[in-house]
Amino acid sequence: MKHIVIIGGGIAGIETASALTDAGHWVTVIEKEAQVGGKLNNWSYLFPDFTPVDKIKSVLQEKCSEKDFSILHQTEVSSIHRKNGKFNIEISGEHQLEADAVVVATGYELFDARRKEEYGYKIYDHVITSADLEQLLLPNGDLTVAAGENPKRIAFVHCVGSRDEKSGNHYCSKVCCITGVKQAIELRKRLPEAEIYCFYMDLRMYGKRFEELYREAQEKYDIEFIRGRLSEASEKIDKSLLIKAEDTLSGRPLKMNIDLLVLLVGMEAGKGTASAAASCGIGCEDSGFLKTADSFLKSNFSEQEGIFLAGSCTAPMSVNDTILHARSAAQEVNNWLLRR
Amino acid sequence: METNPFIWPFTIGLLFISCFLIIIVSIWISGLSHIDKSRIVHSIFTRKSLLAIRETFMESLLHRKIFRKNLVLGYMHMSLAFGWFLLIVVGHIQAWNYYRSLSVPAYKAIFFRYFVTEPATTLSEKTLAACVDLLLVFILSGVMLAYFKRLNSRVFGIKKTTKLKAGDRIALTALWLIFPLRFLAESVSAGIHHNGSIVSQPTGQILSSLLPVHSLEMPLWWAYSLALTLFFVSLPVSRYMHIPVEVVLIFLRNYGIRIKKRIDGYSRIQVYSCSRCGICLDSCQMTHAEIKDTQSVYVLKHIRNKNLTDEKLFNCLLCGRCQSDCPVGLSLNDLRITQRIESTKEYNSSYEYLKNGPVEVSPQTEVIYFAGCMTHLTPAIIKSMKEIFAVARVKYWFMDEDKTSCCGRPLMQVGQYEAAKKLIGHNQERILASKANKLVVSCPICFKVFNEDYALPGITVQHHSEYLLELMVNKRLPMNKMPLRVVYHDPCELGRGSGIYHQPRLLLDEYAEVIPVKNEKETAFCCGGSLANIKIQMNERNQIRDEALEEYLSYRPDVLATACPLCKKTFAKSNKLPVHDIAEIVYMAIQEKQNLQKTEYKKEMKMEFWK
Amino acid sequence: MKDFGFTMIKQRTIDYDQFDGRLLNEVLEMEPSFKVCLSCGGCTATCSAVDLVSFNVRRMNLLLRRGETVELESEIKKCMLCGKCMLVCPRGINIRNVIMLIKKSIPKYKTVTL
Repeated sequence: MKHIVIIGGGIAGIETASALTDAGHWVTVIEKEAQVGGKLNNWSYLFPDFTPVDKIKSVLQEKCSEKDFSILHQTEVSSIHRKNGKFNIEISGEHQLEADAVVVATGYELFDARRKEEYGYKIYDHVITSADLEQLLLPNGDLTVAAGENPKRIAFVHCVGSRDEKSGNHYCSKVCCITGVKQAIELRKRLPEAEIYCFYMDLRMYGKRFEELYREAQEKYDIEFIRGRLSEASEKIDKSLLIKAEDTLSGRPLKMNIDLLVLLVGMEAGKGTASAAASCGIGCEDSGFLKTADSFLKSNFSEQEGIFLAGSCTAPMSVNDTILHARSAAQEVNNWLLRR
Repeated sequence: METNPFIWPFTIGLLFISCFLIIIVSIWISGLSHIDKSRIVHSIFTRKSLLAIRETFMESLLHRKIFRKNLVLGYMHMSLAFGWFLLIVVGHIQAWNYYRSLSVPAYKAIFFRYFVTEPATTLSEKTLAACVDLLLVFILSGVMLAYFKRLNSRVFGIKKTTKLKAGDRIALTALWLIFPLRFLAESVSAGIHHNGSIVSQPTGQILSSLLPVHSLEMPLWWAYSLALTLFFVSLPVSRYMHIPVEVVLIFLRNYGIRIKKRIDGYSRIQVYSCSRCGICLDSCQMTHAEIKDTQSVYVLKHIRNKNLTDEKLFNCLLCGRCQSDCPVGLSLNDLRITQRIESTKEYNSSYEYLKNGPVEVSPQTEVIYFAGCMTHLTPAIIKSMKEIFAVARVKYWFMDEDKTSCCGRPLMQVGQYEAAKKLIGHNQERILASKANKLVVSCPICFKVFNEDYALPGITVQHHSEYLLELMVNKRLPMNKMPLRVVYHDPCELGRGSGIYHQPRLLLDEYAEVIPVKNEKETAFCCGGSLANIKIQMNERNQIRDEALEEYLSYRPDVLATACPLCKKTFAKSNKLPVHDIAEIVYMAIQEKQNLQKTEYKKEMKMEFWK
Repeated sequence: MKDFGFTMIKQRTIDYDQFDGRLLNEVLEMEPSFKVCLSCGGCTATCSAVDLVSFNVRRMNLLLRRGETVELESEIKKCMLCGKCMLVCPRGINIRNVIMLIKKSIPKYKTVTL
């Protein structure tokens, strides 16, 4: 029986583990947190059809409990060495695991919005990120702002920490556009009276039913889309916010008083990904995400033989794409092991 | 008095250079403004001249500043400059003493050993001859070091050195030959006539036993004279012009003459005073981004050669590190700005749209607060200042909260002086109309221009680090020293630009623990974000920033503190450690204390309740 | 431009065949970072001058790329060079140098577009 170690117990890690177990391999998942699911745990509903996250989570949980793979919780990889065609994996500085193949599924981290100081996250009271908003969108979430009232005017800012030289991230995080549309619609459902604006540079509705959702946001939910990047926000005495942008389509500077500002934060290769890359000698792209051996034909292969990649450690990815990428990773690992 | 044809090249050369210097310095001085000319007239017979003489002695001869940088380099310069000076002086005394006359022509002193073939007899003659010998040895040791420096400059603490032009090469070769030739000529004469002293006599004897000294004597004296001539003639087209011009500079500087916003005789004198020692190349951070042809030494050279391009002139952060290192004390930043003014004078804006409406400020206003353009992009600074004003119960007018025109300094830095004056006039009017008597500024770039170029009678201009220190000293702010290890980064415009090094440190020290670093205060790094450089590319800025950060990170601070929104933004972008403005740290400490007091109060309340 | 007492009506279509790209090429050669503008408008939004006068930094790019030098010349004078736009620009464009280059070179290339 071949042993496969998977680093990361998020969607990609669990999905790969499940598929490899089905193929008859012995699989161990190393997860740094106490629970599996990774970033999925911070989310409430998924685009483009508002699927409750719990639905995906419960499937993952089911796989974890029903399938015969083991999960090492609160464990981190200290080093990986290749020895006689196998991998020696040191975990949490104590134990050693021996594996025939390794799958890196360390995922992403959310951009820390404090790095865009001009937007005032953690400086002003009513500036939140898309991740913060996701918690508030749960049925018991409290959306009220100062004076206990619902916000009357809300603005979303697209591309916070993405497509931005100042954040050090030149790439597009792919999922924030549709996340913004999804969350704007959800807010509208909760706050029928509010005015909701999305400030975008480009709207990239690349996926299945994304464009339709955008159209619905305009048509059915009266979300206003303004093409212009927010330059800064300032806070007034009543804790409302004054934001500045250019309405680039009319070519004039724009100012707006709002009650709530939502920053659609992008994805970054996390610290876990960087350290995993360093410990097993696999390369990173300029973006910080892991390099794949070939962008078309070997998107699950790292530059190191026997080390595979799954999910958003290779590039920003939606939940959907992550599941597909993880399944293909399992397939590639299986094929590779059979070839040996 | 006997003579010899070999004195003629020397005498003509000396005459040429003397006339040249008199003419060119006269042209420069006549190009000064009336005020500057009257400064000279009124200062010439005052203590200022004595101070200038002292400075000339300390810097032009002893090279004190170079000594401070590097002992060997200092010794090399001192032996050549001071040694040569003494050699001329002692040589003349020797000639006056021998001929019993003060009207001895210069060549008699310079070629003394050739003309006086009889050995020294009296004690004074012997002593003077020995002095000349020792001085020659002293100078030769410097010349040897100079040879060695060309081969290996690292020993002198210089990593880079300047490239030479034809004029420089000729003058340098002449300078390198003068003293060995003189020593050889004197020794050969001593070998023939036995008129040498403690060093030249034994050398002469050895030479006479090895070589046909009789046939070598004349060629050597000729060669010495020609080397001197070559040096004099090539001086005007070489960097060694700095030797005479620096003396003029020192005097004018002591008379209170400064660089103007236009090119004049004084700026020409500054340009010619550059010795091209290359010390500025070492202190320049542009080299961290592999930009190696825009440093002050090159720009001054291009100004002299009239081939300066905008690409070089504007590719400089104006951080002032070279200026604080310059052994000649040149005003390198102002010189460059003057040159930029000249280069861009054809296209200054007039900003006719600036219209001042009525300024409505409550008469109780204690302070005008000017955050600055950049600070609006670092709202944590503005928020901290607002909260601190509230804690200290200061009535303030936030001058640029909604809108205001730029302070003018960024225009000034790129030479748009006339345009800057328009903005200055506009803001000045608003500040004066407010009737407050203190202006607190959060941006060092604004602070510098408010301080230097605005006419604000009766108004104290303070950077917020000074102001917060003042509030603290006057016990208007709560104290709370946090266990926070902080490295303080001196912003260029606040530190070297305005001389404010201590106030921020004193303030920070009360609220956190300040760790001193290697490059701080006068030698502090620039963050790389400077507005003064309009040519540099973003990746190059990042390289400069990262080099600076590397040093800061080696001290493992919890926080990098600074006092400039631009420095903050530049460093924060690297995402390598938390960066906070000094105002944020003060507010953080105050907030921490207030929270602590609140919880203690609550605890007490609970205790009361349970009783 | 001299006022001749009548107004010139701007052509409604952009005639690319008439486009004079000399100034654009010079600016792009001296400041290549200007090529990557994505017209987000962050610069205009943050601009210190827009509070005081009708001005749009982002449009400098368009005016230059469409060869509208007359309008460009009168617009560009409004910039105060404060540098705030450069702290906002998501593409790291060296905007101040672009402004200075245009200011310097525009008299050479000024053409009247009818």
